[in-house]
Amino acid sequence: MSALRFGYVTGPVLGALWLFVLATTLAVLMSFATGDPFRPAGLWSLFWGAALGLGLVALRPGQGIASLAAGVAFVLLAVIGIGPVASGESASTLWKLVGSGALGLATGWSLHVILGRLPGMGALTRHEFEEAVIRFLTGFGYIFFTAIVAIPFYVMVMTSLKNQSELIQNPLDFTIDLSQGWGLFRSYVELFADFNFGSYLWTSFYVSVLTVLLTLAFSIPGAYAVARLRFRGRAAFSRSILLIYMVPMIVLALPIYIAFSMTGLRNTIFGIVLIYPVTTIPVALYMLQGYFRGLPAEVEEAGLMDGLSRLAVIWKITLPLSLPALASVSLYVFMIAWNEFLLAFMLLDDPSKFTLTRGIASLNSSEIPRQHLMAGAVVATVPIMALFLGLERFMTKGLTAGSVKG
Amino acid sequence: MSDSTGPASGPPRGTGPLLKREARLAWGLLLPTLAIVSAVVVLPLLAIFWISFKPIGLADLRPPAPVVRESLRGSGDELRLQYRVRNSSQSEPITGVTLSDSLPDSLSVVTADPRCTFDGADFTCDLGDLDGGGRDEVEIFVALQGDEDTAEEAAEGSDPRMTGRSTNILTNFDFTLENFDRIFSGDEFWGVLGVTLFYTVFGTLGALIFGLFAAMLLNKEFRGQGILRGLYLFPYVAPVIAVAFAWIILFDPFSGSANALLIQMGVTSSSINFFGDRPLALIMVTVFEIWRYFPLSFLFILARMQSIDTDMYEAADMDGASPFQKFWYLSLPQLLGILSVLFLLRFIWTFNKFDDIFLLTGGNAGTRTLTVNVYEQAFAISNIGAGAAVAVVVFCCLVLFSILFFRYVSQEEGL
Repeated sequence: MSALRFGYVTGPVLGALWLFVLATTLAVLMSFATGDPFRPAGLWSLFWGAALGLGLVALRPGQGIASLAAGVAFVLLAVIGIGPVASGESASTLWKLVGSGALGLATGWSLHVILGRLPGMGALTRHEFEEAVIRFLTGFGYIFFTAIVAIPFYVMVMTSLKNQSELIQNPLDFTIDLSQGWGLFRSYVELFADFNFGSYLWTSFYVSVLTVLLTLAFSIPGAYAVARLRFRGRAAFSRSILLIYMVPMIVLALPIYIAFSMTGLRNTIFGIVLIYPVTTIPVALYMLQGYFRGLPAEVEEAGLMDGLSRLAVIWKITLPLSLPALASVSLYVFMIAWNEFLLAFMLLDDPSKFTLTRGIASLNSSEIPRQHLMAGAVVATVPIMALFLGLERFMTKGLTAGSVKG
Repeated sequence: MSDSTGPASGPPRGTGPLLKREARLAWGLLLPTLAIVSAVVVLPLLAIFWISFKPIGLADLRPPAPVVRESLRGSGDELRLQYRVRNSSQSEPITGVTLSDSLPDSLSVVTADPRCTFDGADFTCDLGDLDGGGRDEVEIFVALQGDEDTAEEAAEGSDPRMTGRSTNILTNFDFTLENFDRIFSGDEFWGVLGVTLFYTVFGTLGALIFGLFAAMLLNKEFRGQGILRGLYLFPYVAPVIAVAFAWIILFDPFSGSANALLIQMGVTSSSINFFGDRPLALIMVTVFEIWRYFPLSFLFILARMQSIDTDMYEAADMDGASPFQKFWYLSLPQLLGILSVLFLLRFIWTFNKFDDIFLLTGGNAGTRTLTVNVYEQAFAISNIGAGAAVAVVVFCCLVLFSILFFRYVSQEEGL
């Protein structure tokens, strides 16, 4: 490692790697955005990155100058044809030059952030070296995670707005024709008009809400008892909750399928509402008891001293104090019920009773064009994502409340 | 509280009335949960053990029963009510089959099948036993008063009642070890187990490592941190069916964007069948598992990171520790507890995972794990008994993991 700790090694190495990362990102981004063939020129990007890194360490220019210089240089290199991003013949020259310029500006600016605090060409202290590496890794991490999360989502949304023949012609062309106006959303319109998705959406919604209500009704008293009351077998009980949470659903689904087939509960919403809360009660109970334990017992004892019964204490003191936890548990349970696929898939065959996930599964056939499938996926994803982003704070706390102790 | 103990006479011993009342209340509060959980978790678990020892297929779920079709045939002297009876099962016999019905007002009996006895308009026929796949027929010659169509409607409108006894394979006491024999014999089982272990181990480790990386990225205050954190949760929050299909379309061998991108970049010359080739399919489903569950690990790890005391880092700074040293000697030991909890939990959950692989590959191309095998045996091959036997194996593994979990983790993290 110590051989790396010189300005004239660290600068070029990080610069080369960084430009390679950025050039790949930009090529993917421009391919997705314009549909034109762009690709990173591997060796050239490594070479120019190394040169840029060396220049930054040796000359120590200001951030603005570095960005501008890199921007201009990359545009010129693109004109000659030895820039860090290469393109096929059909790519438009304008996009190529704009892209190269933007890449240069971004690289100059960010590489200055990564390498700017290095003292120069000479030996580096361990601190300076590691901090530069960490800044590089941080930048790489942001790009990497954003890409892996955003690309599937982007593909999902854009596919739903196009049509099958366009997609097979050029799978990379995600440009949408804005002149169609509302026509863009025709697969959504068809989904709701011909495939009954309005009813699936409604079924999923009320099944999830009922699941949340039933889960809370069962798990609040249970969680309180486990968290606060002393009784024999409390520890064993608290463990068995977790154990039940671990039982694989497929193991239970088989006997449930048999029992529902025999009692006629298959293909009924009632059967689904009966079974969903049971899959969520252990989770909810586990999360809530963790939160209840964290509440100060003194407040409840004061209530008891003032003559409230235990149940009144739960209703008037504990529940109002744990509203944030209740919100996060509800959100989590709602999410589980909304996303549940296995049981809906096995127990529902009648298209008039499908939940949303079951409805999407029924779209997966070769006769139905894939933009409908993706439109269905978007319809299922957007409500839960919106709910989630709105209440993200609750969710983060609630998920971790039960098991993470200080 | 009204029932406090009387004047102090030494410290209280044993279970006092207060404690008893508290325990009673506790059980009262837990009773609904216990009842419903045992009905839907414990009973099915017992059922799966029971079924795993039974030679039963999907078709045997409905017990054999006599099925009847009634029709009014012929005219004039030949006018007769015809009942065609058959056994719904092709293999199991039904004993003591009887048929009973009543004639409508407009019809009267002329001659009847000798097995039938009449009581006014009502009659009962004793048909004896019906073999597997057996058929029988009862004819009653009748005389018509009034319109034929209305009589036909009236006769066929009243459903005949059938009774009969048959053994239900689910409840009888025939047991067999054939199911276990079938799943353990041959190389298939060990292949499936190997695939399961690969998927579980690498899926778990990957999700933990990527979760740790993501948590370190977001463990600092900056503008847009909330948005980024919300965005990174997307794989976990979105319905599995939506993201699985998005992946399938993204990696489609003929028209997928990923292939087009790789070809354009010169990484590969021909398109790759990501979810159809061994061993790539297994790697891809593992990558999908990592992608889908790194947000969960990152949430837990981030929560733990934010509760680490910053004093320590300041002290380390004073002593001249480098950033990597701080990570290795301060952060990692602090995170070891949550990392081990997460490892075991995720290990168990990944082991139990079914939907992801089922949606991505359907268990083809060498991606069949134990849980997918449960489904395959029970529904694709229609052998519920064998499916249940695999489920029993899965459950036994789970019990083993849980014992490890509670032995090594619980004291540390206070679960």
